[in-house]
Amino acid sequence: MNIHEYQGKDVLRKYGVTTPRGFACASADEAADAATRLGGRAWVVKAQIHAGGRGKGGGVKLAWSVDEVRRHASQMLGMTLTTHQTGPEGRVVKRLLVEEGIEIDKELYLAMVVDRETGRVALMASSEGGMDIEEVAARTPGKIHKVLIDPSTGLKGSEADIVARNIGLAGKSVMQARTLMQNLYQAFDASDASLAEINPLVVTRDGRVIALDAKFNFDPNALFRQPEIVAMRDFDEEDPAELEASRFDLSYIALDGDIGCLVNGAGLAMATMDVIKLYGGSPANFLDVGGGATPEKVTQAFKLMLRNPNLRAILVNIFGGIMKCDVIARGIVAAAREVELSVPLVVRMKGTNESLGKTILAQSGLPVIAADDMADAAQQAVAAARRRNH
Amino acid sequence: MSILVNKHTRVITQGITGKTGQFHTAMCRDYGNGQKCFVAGVNPNKAGKSFDGIPVFGTVKDAKAETGATVSVIYVPPPFAAAAIDEAVDAGMELVICITEGIPVRDMIRTRHRMEGSKTLLLGPNCPGLITPDEIKIGIMPGHIHQRGRIGVVSRSGTLTYEAASQLARFGIGQSTVVGIGGDPVGGLKHIDVLKMFNDDPRTDAVIMVGEIGGNEEELCAHWIKDHMRKPVVGFIAGATAPPGKRMGHAGAIVSGGRGTAQEKLAVMKACGIHVTSNPAEMGKLLASLVIPDYLPFD
Repeated sequence: MNIHEYQGKDVLRKYGVTTPRGFACASADEAADAATRLGGRAWVVKAQIHAGGRGKGGGVKLAWSVDEVRRHASQMLGMTLTTHQTGPEGRVVKRLLVEEGIEIDKELYLAMVVDRETGRVALMASSEGGMDIEEVAARTPGKIHKVLIDPSTGLKGSEADIVARNIGLAGKSVMQARTLMQNLYQAFDASDASLAEINPLVVTRDGRVIALDAKFNFDPNALFRQPEIVAMRDFDEEDPAELEASRFDLSYIALDGDIGCLVNGAGLAMATMDVIKLYGGSPANFLDVGGGATPEKVTQAFKLMLRNPNLRAILVNIFGGIMKCDVIARGIVAAAREVELSVPLVVRMKGTNESLGKTILAQSGLPVIAADDMADAAQQAVAAARRRNH
Repeated sequence: MSILVNKHTRVITQGITGKTGQFHTAMCRDYGNGQKCFVAGVNPNKAGKSFDGIPVFGTVKDAKAETGATVSVIYVPPPFAAAAIDEAVDAGMELVICITEGIPVRDMIRTRHRMEGSKTLLLGPNCPGLITPDEIKIGIMPGHIHQRGRIGVVSRSGTLTYEAASQLARFGIGQSTVVGIGGDPVGGLKHIDVLKMFNDDPRTDAVIMVGEIGGNEEELCAHWIKDHMRKPVVGFIAGATAPPGKRMGHAGAIVSGGRGTAQEKLAVMKACGIHVTSNPAEMGKLLASLVIPDYLPFD
């Protein structure tokens, strides 16, 4: 789960990480009011969307007067911001963050992620702030400094100090950076984060170390014990189809192809998409109905797929284990009764209650194209989708 | 022989009284030597009772002391599952298999840390378990699609192990042991650990290794294979078509920052001498072409 920058900064402040002062705003008046309350002579107006690269797309603007804050705010609110992370469709800006301007001496990079290889939280820091960390990793990997944090002790002061010096800090800034990094680890750990990225972390002209940006991802498995984080969820930022799928406990991801996929198991669902592509087709979605699907869930899955205007065919690929093929078959029949099955349907079923499932489909009178194996199913689906295009 | 488990293995089920635990314990008992293998259940509130003839103990330690079991399988709900692993590790079980999906990563980080220096092996979490065909099935895979044989299968995905087993069946090829290592980012045994065991198992002639996007464990395993593996390995990576930054069902299946792609993994695996295919429907066929001398489907 993702949250906005202004929310991320709230999380940081809660754990004692210094950020610029600022207010979240939903109108130009609120923005102007925020600037007045903040005082000072320069402000930053930042579009709040769940994507990086906002600056390049015109989503971060510096203002030298309250009037300018208002002007930037009215321009940004309602605009569709396109960055390298939003996809070509972009995101509509509905909220802004107005912050005090900070005089920057140095821009650094600081992040925490879960390191899969060691099973620990890794701190990563670099002197190259403001840049894409992947770019730094590719060009100058030596500039990235990494600490694997011992979960029983947390980030040690000595470890933090070494990192701080390695990224070019000295004097009082080292101590400040140590506290900031240790507090960031507290925030990461206590809120079940999977990513916390501060890019840039800055040293101000007067020597303070401040988190100028905040990006957080949270572990979806831990949301049951993070009500404060869950309350920050912004449904406007989520794909409506994916959101609805999650209500039915279906794992669904919208893609830009035309062959809908309904599969049990995440690995088989990915493999089904892969094999469609291999035979020249393009998947319209990833959909894992899971091990405990009911006919109702299958019906919901069909409704979701059929709502996609690009859909040209559906491929059902089930390897019944715990999931029984007859349950899927009954779901398909029920779905076809409720909604018009407007595209060809290819079904491959294997495993538990396979013959019962096939019988149910055969007796339903539905125009189901039966397939023997995954390759056959993909080829049939690709051919069916092509026929629909002509 | 086989790896990790066989008909002599004795198993404790943690979470035996829940719906999932009951159902799968019954299925596992019906398979192979299951009636003899599944000897105890654990539920702190139901000690002294029995489930379908299996005695239930209050703790793993008690269950182990009474029955001599060396393996435990966990069906405990996600908020309590990491603690269940901890309990099994503390009781000194040799192998702990955690089926539970949805355990918070932070819990697994702590559990993994507690396990440092312990001899217990952990399989999972978020895995289907493992099966040595005709002898023992511990987990949620359908037993009937497997047959006894000499091919090892290891995979992060449950349904793709079923797929691999059934593709092998078409060529009459059976399996020594099929191991699902699970789809979570932080867990126990990895591909490389299981490959080492297959390498040392005289009853395994070749291996199918199924990976997926995210992380770099397949690459690490590939490098080990290049230097040490004496048996042919067939490899497939699921998720070549997955969009970056999206979690594909499994918590660990995500391409982040351009790393962990299927293309990258397949390239490394190929360079390390693994027989890779980008077609998941051809894993069995490719393996058959390597172990059946007169079978040459790719001519």
